[in-house]
Amino acid sequence: MTAPTPAPPMIRMAGVDKFFGPLHVLKEITLEVPKGQVVVVLGPSGSGKSTLCRTINRLEPVDKGTIEVDGQPLPAEGKELARLRADVGMVFQSFNLFAHKSIVDNVMLAPVKVRRTPAAQARKTAMELLERVGIANQAEKYPAQLSGGQQQRAAIARALAMRPKVMLFDEPTSALDPEMVQEVLDVMTTLAKEGMTMLVVTHEMGFARKAADRVLFMADGEIVEDSTPEAFFSAPKSNRAKDFLGKILTH
Amino acid sequence: MSVLSTYSDLFLRAFGTTIQLFLYSAVGSLVLGTLLAMLRVSPVPVFRVTGTAYVTLVRNTPLTLVFFFFAFAYPLLKIVRLDPFQGAVVALTLYTSAFICEVVRSGINTVPVGQAEASRALGLTFGQMLFSVVLPQAMRSVVPPLVSTLIALLKNTTIAAGFSVSDAGSISYVLSDEGANMLVGLSWVAFCFVLLVIPLTLVQRALEKRWSVAR
Repeated sequence: MTAPTPAPPMIRMAGVDKFFGPLHVLKEITLEVPKGQVVVVLGPSGSGKSTLCRTINRLEPVDKGTIEVDGQPLPAEGKELARLRADVGMVFQSFNLFAHKSIVDNVMLAPVKVRRTPAAQARKTAMELLERVGIANQAEKYPAQLSGGQQQRAAIARALAMRPKVMLFDEPTSALDPEMVQEVLDVMTTLAKEGMTMLVVTHEMGFARKAADRVLFMADGEIVEDSTPEAFFSAPKSNRAKDFLGKILTH
Repeated sequence: MSVLSTYSDLFLRAFGTTIQLFLYSAVGSLVLGTLLAMLRVSPVPVFRVTGTAYVTLVRNTPLTLVFFFFAFAYPLLKIVRLDPFQGAVVALTLYTSAFICEVVRSGINTVPVGQAEASRALGLTFGQMLFSVVLPQAMRSVVPPLVSTLIALLKNTTIAAGFSVSDAGSISYVLSDEGANMLVGLSWVAFCFVLLVIPLTLVQRALEKRWSVAR
C-alpha cells in the first residue's frame, strides 16, 4: 500500500506571464485553487482579471509559466486541448449562445458532438438542466427570443451539460439589465453551494460576500490581495484595494 | 416562333447539356469553395497560404484561359483523360470555387468571434466548430452573393461551346451555319437563360425567408 497522494489542486498557475504587444497584462501570476473552492476575482477594468480567467482553458495562450487543470498541464492547440476544455465549463459576458440553434439544441450540442452521448439521452439531460436553471419552458426558442438573464442561464446550463470539473465565469452579469442580474447570481450561488469549483470574474460584491470562499483582488496584471471575503471587504490591506472599494461601495 | 419550333430538338439538347454542366459544376464548386474557405480561416499557416494562393491564381485568370488549359495543356500532363464535357466541368468548378471561397469566407467573418470561442470552450474540435456552429451561420448571411455567383456560373457555362461542348452557347453556331434568323434565335436563347435563372432566384428567396425566422 502506498500512501494516497494528495489530490492536485483543480487549477494551478505558476509564474504565468502574458503580453498584449507591449502591454504586460499578467505578471508572474501564481495561484492554486483547490477542489470545491469558489474564488471571486475582483479588480478595476484593465487589471487582467478577464485575461486570467481566459488563460485557464487556453482561450488566451500565455507567454510564460505553466497552467494545470486537475493536475494536467494545458496541452498545445489540438485534440488534447479540446478534451481538456470539455472538462472546464465557461460562461461569457456576452452569453455566446449558438444563434442558429434552439436553447435545448445549444445545451445538447457538445454532449452529442464531444462526448458522443446518444441524442435522446442528451436531450433528457438538457431538459433537466434547463429545469434546474428555471427556463425549461423556453427550450424550443432561439437565443434571440430570450431575455439576457434567460440567455445567460441557458449558457450556464450548456456549460453544465458537459459535467465540468470546474466552471469559469467571465463577468457573467456585466451585460445584463439590472433586474436580471439576480436570477443569474441565484443559479451561480446554488452551484457554489453544491460544491462546484468556480472561478468568477465579477463586479457583483454581493455575490462575492455571499458565495465566495476566497477573494482575489487584481490590479495592473498582479494579484494584489488574496483573502477571505470578510477580510477583504472589512479590512483591505493594500491602498489599491482600499481605493477600489471606496469607489464602488459608496454608490 | 418558327425558329424555336424548327430547332426545338437543338434547343432541348443544348439546354439539357447546359443544365448538366451547371449542376455538376455548382455542386463541385460549392464543395471545393467551402473547403478552400476553411483552409483560408484555418489556424495552420500552410493551409492559409495554400487557400490564398489558389484564390489569387484562379480568380485572376480569365475563364477562357482555364478552358484552354484543360483543352490543350492538361492532356500533355497525361494524368486522367477528360472528354470535352468533363474538361468543361472541371474548368468551371475550379474557376467558380475561387469565388465561392471568398463568399463563404466573408460569411465566416460575419459570425461573431464569441461563437467560435464558446465552441472551443465546450471542447469542440476546429472541424466540429466549423461544421456545427460557424458554417451554418456563415451560409445564412451569404445567400444572396452565393446565388449571384451560381447565376454567373450558369452563364459562364456557354464558354464550353468554344471547346467542343454542345451546350446552349453552341446554338448560335448551328443557327448561323444554317442561315436561320439570328435575331429571333438568339433572343430565344436569352429567354431560356432567364427561365433557368428564375428557379435559382426562388431558391434564394425561400432560403432567406426560412433562415430569417430561425434565429
